[in-house]
Amino acid sequence: MAVADATPVRPRVSAFRQLARSTSVLIGGFIVAVMVTIAALAPWLGTRDPAEVNPSVRNKLPGYEATIRDDEGKKVPVSYRLGTDSLGRDIYSRVVYGARVSLIVGLTVSLISISIGLLIGLVAGYIRWLDGIIMRFMDGLMAIPAILLAIGLVSVFRAGIFAVVLAIVVPEVPRVVRLVRSIVLSIREEPYVESAITVGTPTPLLIFRHVLPNTVAPLIVQGTFICAAAILIEAILSFLGIGIPPEIPTWGNIMAEGRTLFRVFPHNILYPGLFLAVTVLGVNMLGDGLRDVLDPKMERRG
Amino acid sequence: MQDASDAASDLGPILELDGLTVALPKGGDRRNAIDSVSFGVGRGEIVCVVGESGSGKSVTAQAVMGLLPKGQLALTGGSIKLEGREIANISQPELRKLRGQRMSMIFQEPMTALNPVERVGEQIGEVLEIHTPLSAAERRQKVLDIMAAVHLPDPASMIDAFPHQLSGGQRQRVMIAAALVLDPVLLIADEPTTALDVTTQAQILKLIAEMQARRGTGVLFITHDFGVVAEIAHRVVVMQHGRVVEIGSRDEIITRPREPYTQMLIRSVPSLHPPDRKPNASTVALSTDKLCKTYASGGFLAGKRRVVKAAADVTIDVRRGETVGIVGESGSGKTTVARCIARLIQPTSGTIRIGDIDVATLPERRLRPHRKHVQIVFQDPYRSLNPRRTVGASIIEGPVNFGLSTDDAMRRAKDLMQLVGLQPDALDRFPHQFSGGQRQRIAIARALAMEPKLLIADEAVSALDVSVQAQVLALLDDVRVRFDLAVLFITHDLRVAAQICDRIAVMQNGVVVEAGPTMEIFASPKHPYTHALFAAAPGRGVRFGEGLKAVS
Amino acid sequence: MSAYILRRLLAAIPVMAIVAVLVFLMLRLTPSDPAAIIAGDFANDQQIAEIRSKLGLDQPILTQFLIWIGNMFQGDFGESFFYKKQVAQLIVERVEPTISLSLLAIVLTVSIAVPLGTLAAYKQGSWIDRFVMGFSVIGFSVPVFVVGYLLIYLLAVKLDWFPVQGYQYLSDGFAGWLHRLILPSLTLSIVFVALIARMTRTSVLEVLHEDYIRTARAKGQSELKVLVRHALANAAVPILTVIGLTFATLIGGVVVTESVYTLPGLGLLTVDAVLARDYPTIQAVILLFSLAYVLVNLLVDVAYTLFDPRIRY
Repeated sequence: MAVADATPVRPRVSAFRQLARSTSVLIGGFIVAVMVTIAALAPWLGTRDPAEVNPSVRNKLPGYEATIRDDEGKKVPVSYRLGTDSLGRDIYSRVVYGARVSLIVGLTVSLISISIGLLIGLVAGYIRWLDGIIMRFMDGLMAIPAILLAIGLVSVFRAGIFAVVLAIVVPEVPRVVRLVRSIVLSIREEPYVESAITVGTPTPLLIFRHVLPNTVAPLIVQGTFICAAAILIEAILSFLGIGIPPEIPTWGNIMAEGRTLFRVFPHNILYPGLFLAVTVLGVNMLGDGLRDVLDPKMERRG
Repeated sequence: MQDASDAASDLGPILELDGLTVALPKGGDRRNAIDSVSFGVGRGEIVCVVGESGSGKSVTAQAVMGLLPKGQLALTGGSIKLEGREIANISQPELRKLRGQRMSMIFQEPMTALNPVERVGEQIGEVLEIHTPLSAAERRQKVLDIMAAVHLPDPASMIDAFPHQLSGGQRQRVMIAAALVLDPVLLIADEPTTALDVTTQAQILKLIAEMQARRGTGVLFITHDFGVVAEIAHRVVVMQHGRVVEIGSRDEIITRPREPYTQMLIRSVPSLHPPDRKPNASTVALSTDKLCKTYASGGFLAGKRRVVKAAADVTIDVRRGETVGIVGESGSGKTTVARCIARLIQPTSGTIRIGDIDVATLPERRLRPHRKHVQIVFQDPYRSLNPRRTVGASIIEGPVNFGLSTDDAMRRAKDLMQLVGLQPDALDRFPHQFSGGQRQRIAIARALAMEPKLLIADEAVSALDVSVQAQVLALLDDVRVRFDLAVLFITHDLRVAAQICDRIAVMQNGVVVEAGPTMEIFASPKHPYTHALFAAAPGRGVRFGEGLKAVS
Repeated sequence: MSAYILRRLLAAIPVMAIVAVLVFLMLRLTPSDPAAIIAGDFANDQQIAEIRSKLGLDQPILTQFLIWIGNMFQGDFGESFFYKKQVAQLIVERVEPTISLSLLAIVLTVSIAVPLGTLAAYKQGSWIDRFVMGFSVIGFSVPVFVVGYLLIYLLAVKLDWFPVQGYQYLSDGFAGWLHRLILPSLTLSIVFVALIARMTRTSVLEVLHEDYIRTARAKGQSELKVLVRHALANAAVPILTVIGLTFATLIGGVVVTESVYTLPGLGLLTVDAVLARDYPTIQAVILLFSLAYVLVNLLVDVAYTLFDPRIRY
């Protein structure tokens, strides 16, 4: 095939502009922004102490109004917008504070998995004798279904946010390693990288200058999907009662608590479930939009 | 409009295009992909539509078949008459009845044009299944007949083969068999030999000519290659930017083109007759001795261990100020040799001397100081520059690696930009702002910035349109003289080799079968393979632009 | 072709070996002492030490690993700390609900997702495509247990069409078995319909741009046949691959679904084992699920040879 010399000089539409035009990015970004705001402003959104137990207001339906004594013994009217759970805790406050845990877990898991995965992936892609060993090990890790691996890992640690984060990071790392390694291997073959080799660019500089920039867009996209997955897995672990300790308000914990009386008080599960679903949806839509713009060739992993 | 040629005038046209216009989507660089295209194809006539990329020649073919990509291109005007019947705006079901039956098409990439998971016999038979009521047994017989007619070896067993078991040439024969099994009046061939090696190309061209002559098929043949035009065309339509520039008989177009654009194209076609060149006696810049590169495949559990000799005992030398060509078809090992010399891969054995040093086995750390002496320009202009870095950054990368200050390197880069015919102030632009030919110039500038002793051009002009190719070749020759550079020129194109190389080495299956001065080898090839290669070069009997000298 | 299968089989062995090492190390290098857990809160050091030596926990780690592996090859997965019976027996008792649920979910998923994805690809940009894409984003954003409780609330609590929870063994009647499995398998399949429909769409879309699709059209082939005979036949391999890979996610979904519907399967066993720190059971179940995953992907590899003649060696 011949290549025209008369190729029109086409200015590239900036990635930023394209992002601003993508519906997925706009909707997803909006949802994420709202959730971040809620999480950040949790104490100022008319919430109570989410851990406060009050036996006198157990299992109330949404909209319940009560007068309770505050710390100084004064009677104050309280409205339980989303009702209360079986310990009399305010579900609205717990859901709002739950956003903090979810977002922190999502963000830390994706940052840690991407950093570790990037490092190992570069090593695997560039140091040939280590490649086989690393990749066999990663295959082994990937052969354990992610949730089971996380369940296994949380069972060996004392329950806590750190344990949960680690338990979710471990199954995600091999996927990042694979992605980075495949990018490195394909970029290495590019004529412009080979040209850089022939002009004597040392390998570390070569990786930094010519290879790494190509991993940025896919890793941003991948990081978004990892964030969504981490939020989901944290909720699942907490829901199963093996995640974050039950006194900490997380969406999964609220739902776990609500399971026994679900038939009578479905709101205990439905409200946190709604927040969880919308948040994950927002992050996923953001990821989809980012992928379409930054990295059209990539597909969601299975 | 010129009338149909002698071959067809008495039989009347089977395809008539009149004012055919196809719009491009909004925001393109021009409004129409093709604009008011009018010409005809007579019964038993081969009409070549020739043009550079972006000329609209393929869009014309797709429009006739009704296969324009949905949602991107749409027919907006003009008429298409097949055997006198208007088909420009008929319904898809009606069009489907014509496709495969009255008109059929073959494509550029035989490797991908066949369904990989279906037997070739079924794929040829598919046409019969769609358009005829024949039984399975009758279909099989017809498929066997047509396979024999296109000279496929042993049709009885090949009919049940899968495409991946066939060579590129065989696959193209299968495509031709499927296209001709129902004896259509019109065959559209869209660059059918471009992806094939020159010897295979010659066979396929012969087959198309034979089939159309025997069956009286009209052929609309799309190509960018004037050698192919000279070989096969009765009549030629020259296109540029979606418009027809000139129509004429083959001889008219090739020897006495009227339009300036056609004249320019014809003049750009490199001649197969090498100019006389003085022998070169300066110092040797590169010499290889018994250079070998073998790849081992299979082994453990994968059946028999196979050893592939990509290059075997290659001994070549290049002197300063001299261009030595390595000529060969795909799989000949020419690129392997180039990559070994540039030390992008490590040779299995043998020596590579650059000046006094043998770089064949140096480890990367010790090799680096010597890397500046050998520079390489690759084939694909769109991938040889880092799209994220400015052109200037790409050019100065090497000199800065070797200790030059950024300012000095930029100064050198400016000079080099001028030298390769580009604006020095374009250094802070990005590669996507340049055309293919311009990028290849930048790649040359980048190589020259290292002040190398040897420049390797690995198919460096093969991806370029013929007019651009001529300019880049001239540039390469210019820098060779100016810097007293040794140039190793890897190519599959005999015409290019004839024009630029002082000496050539012909490779086949990893071995240099013949080497010597270009003149001598072209005049009297000794090895049978070289002989076959030259015999296959399309349009070898034709002198392009013979009648032009008077014009210019 | 058999050499290919043999090669895939042999390649699965090191993967399983690494999985075994990982699972073993993961649960042996824990800060908590299994012996102390078994002994209970009121045991003294002497009793704990006795339990340690009985379990072989005082041996060097390599010896422990080899004993563990050796026992497993003889079908001995150890004794459950919590249930006080052989883990192997425990697994046999719990396997039926899990297999029933997974199979039903896979059948449901494939029969919905593949046609949907193909249609979406063919009608790229149309309302049906947008519906499939929209549904798929929502499908894998809503967690399995939220879907489960929504379905329970609507179809079991409000409409009373299905039982809320529980399982009936197949030996007690097919109708009851199916009736109790419909909601759980529907719950489980929603995520996978989302995933697989989307991947089918991508694969078919990619194939539709191939040259041989253009060839088929140039022959005058009808669009339906182009889609089925040429596009879907070639998209089969990537679709199969995705089905194999999503099997891991399916196992995760099984654990959650069994918990939501209290199906007495291996998923519920896993969760109970984790809550009880019943390490032998956890090890065995994780290993078993991983083996199932590797085997399913091995089957997928073998199935490739049926769809693609190029895979022969």
